[in-house]
Amino acid sequence: MAVMAEPIAAQIKRSSLWSRAFESRNFLGAMFMVPAIAILILFLAYPLLLGLWLGMTDTKIGGVGRYIGFGNFVSLAKDSVFWLSVFNTIFYTVAASIIKFAIGLYLALLLNERLPFKSIVRAIVLLPFVVPTVLSAIAFWWIYDSQFSIISWVLIKAGLITHYIDFLGDPWNARWSVVVANIWRGVPFVAITLLAGLQTISPSLYEAANLDGATNLQRFRHITLPMLSPIIAVVMTFSVLMTFTDFQLIYTITRGGPINSTHLMATLSFQRAITGGNLGEGAAISNAMIPFLVAAILLSFFGLQRSRWQQGGRD
Amino acid sequence: MSSVQIRDVRKSFGNFEVLHGVSIPIEDGQFVVLVGPSGCGKSTLLRMLAGLENITSGTISIGDRVVNNVQPKERDIAMVFQNYALYPHMTVGENMGFSLKLRNAGSDEINKRVKRAAEILALSPLLDRYPRQLSGGQRQRVAMGRAIVRDPQVFLFDEPLSNLDAKLRVAMRTEIKELHQRLKTTTVYVTHDQIEAMTMADKIVVMHDGIVEQMGTPLELYDKPENQFVAGFIGSPAMNFLKGHVRVNGVATFEGPNGVKLPLATAPTASDGRPAVYGVRPEHFTIADDGAEAEIVVVEPTGSETQVFAKVGGEQVVAIFRERHQFNPGDKIRLKPDPSLVHLFDEATGKRM
Repeated sequence: MAVMAEPIAAQIKRSSLWSRAFESRNFLGAMFMVPAIAILILFLAYPLLLGLWLGMTDTKIGGVGRYIGFGNFVSLAKDSVFWLSVFNTIFYTVAASIIKFAIGLYLALLLNERLPFKSIVRAIVLLPFVVPTVLSAIAFWWIYDSQFSIISWVLIKAGLITHYIDFLGDPWNARWSVVVANIWRGVPFVAITLLAGLQTISPSLYEAANLDGATNLQRFRHITLPMLSPIIAVVMTFSVLMTFTDFQLIYTITRGGPINSTHLMATLSFQRAITGGNLGEGAAISNAMIPFLVAAILLSFFGLQRSRWQQGGRD
Repeated sequence: MSSVQIRDVRKSFGNFEVLHGVSIPIEDGQFVVLVGPSGCGKSTLLRMLAGLENITSGTISIGDRVVNNVQPKERDIAMVFQNYALYPHMTVGENMGFSLKLRNAGSDEINKRVKRAAEILALSPLLDRYPRQLSGGQRQRVAMGRAIVRDPQVFLFDEPLSNLDAKLRVAMRTEIKELHQRLKTTTVYVTHDQIEAMTMADKIVVMHDGIVEQMGTPLELYDKPENQFVAGFIGSPAMNFLKGHVRVNGVATFEGPNGVKLPLATAPTASDGRPAVYGVRPEHFTIADDGAEAEIVVVEPTGSETQVFAKVGGEQVVAIFRERHQFNPGDKIRLKPDPSLVHLFDEATGKRM
């Protein structure tokens, strides 16, 4: 009996240590956080840090780079193509975001009214969002084709122009063309999100404003816009971030051409890093986007801070 | 201030008619309460008055002007909504001054009028707060302030007290009545609470299923309800109804359920044997030796009075006594209705006999 008793006692001791650990709130809390932290480190922190590190090396595909400090950035600062891509990216983002917001808000206001076939219209508005980006980009590529463009064909048949428009061959035509494609792609997100925001505004506010003597325009100005502003801040932040980092549309439609006039920072980075093999330089271009993105996030962070009327009190 | 005339107004949503020809004259400065159960069309009628719903047929005039096709903002009316509909992004002061701002009133004028309204409603210390920071009663007062500032022809209230707790509701009831006595603006007030109607109204309009059942002063409705619906709706606890027949042989009596004999003051001889409904208010019972036998079911003392639920001829009735009797469930008592205060209704039509 005495011989048997000892291992059992040892077993009890061991299991109690194990179960005591699981009863500790701190240990258990840490255990629950492990998967999330692992995912964040593996897929967000590691790539980001690796990208930052690569941007400071002269790594090429298949080779081990060495640390060159800010060498990549110094050479980029003298690189006119890089500066052109910065200009393109800003133009692309500003133009597309403003127009997406305008059209999205218009559609949202329209869909918030009593409309015949409203649900069908709403489904149609969502369509561009559902189609895979590359597919819609290929469709736009055809629409902008120099020989088969349906737009040119229609305009010629209507007698409005005599020559096919060179959509993707001329720098400014190409810039506007990709902006239009991006708008088409991005409007549904803006419209549906703003519509959701509009639907949270109590109809009795409009009735009260109506009795207070507000015209349609005044109701929009004094009720809709201020009540919608928190949603607008969120939508526009996302819209700006997604547009600034856009890659698929440009790469499928123009590949940055003609003569780099539609190259965005993202496409240029890809071209230098993967196609050109200069991983270090490509990473540096990507890293150059960070200040812009941080600025956009900060701007919206302060914009998003709950206004005074949303704070305090119970509801 | 002005009078309001509602003439044969109908309202349909699609093929479904919710108001079947309603006519209500409202005098200048009157406080009229539209009261009725949910779905009776009272709120719809108020919204038509405000211009928030179209009028299917009939006319509504404010003052001398028919307003059927007049935009809400041109009707010169102010409305207090059930959920107050305060603009959450404006301070109390901005909420109250919004209508004046839209009319391009100068900021001095706006400040002056907002300040005056705030004083009337004791809102002065809250002018810079946002609606979220206010309690329910304060929000209610801001909603009223928004209406007062405009100095409109007519005030409309759409169940303004239903979001408040019981105590505050009683306080606000008095406040609204006081406000009306002070401003003397024509007021139309919608509620489903008959006590609110009784306590506040100059004139009550009882509505039911899209028609007006009866109009009159609170006491007229209480003392002489024209039909069984009004009789049952006005008064709390509700009037007791017992089905039976009128008997007239020498003296008029009422033969209730299971042959219970109940007193009647008078009844025309021709009505002998007619099926009818005998209505008696809980406070019109007395305990008397010649009363109908009743078995006590439940006793509910409230301090000032005692509610007694008892069975008379198998039917449950409620009686209220201000004296303190010693009752126990199961006790047999004799309840006698005051014959001069008894109401008799036709059983088929519900009309007063």
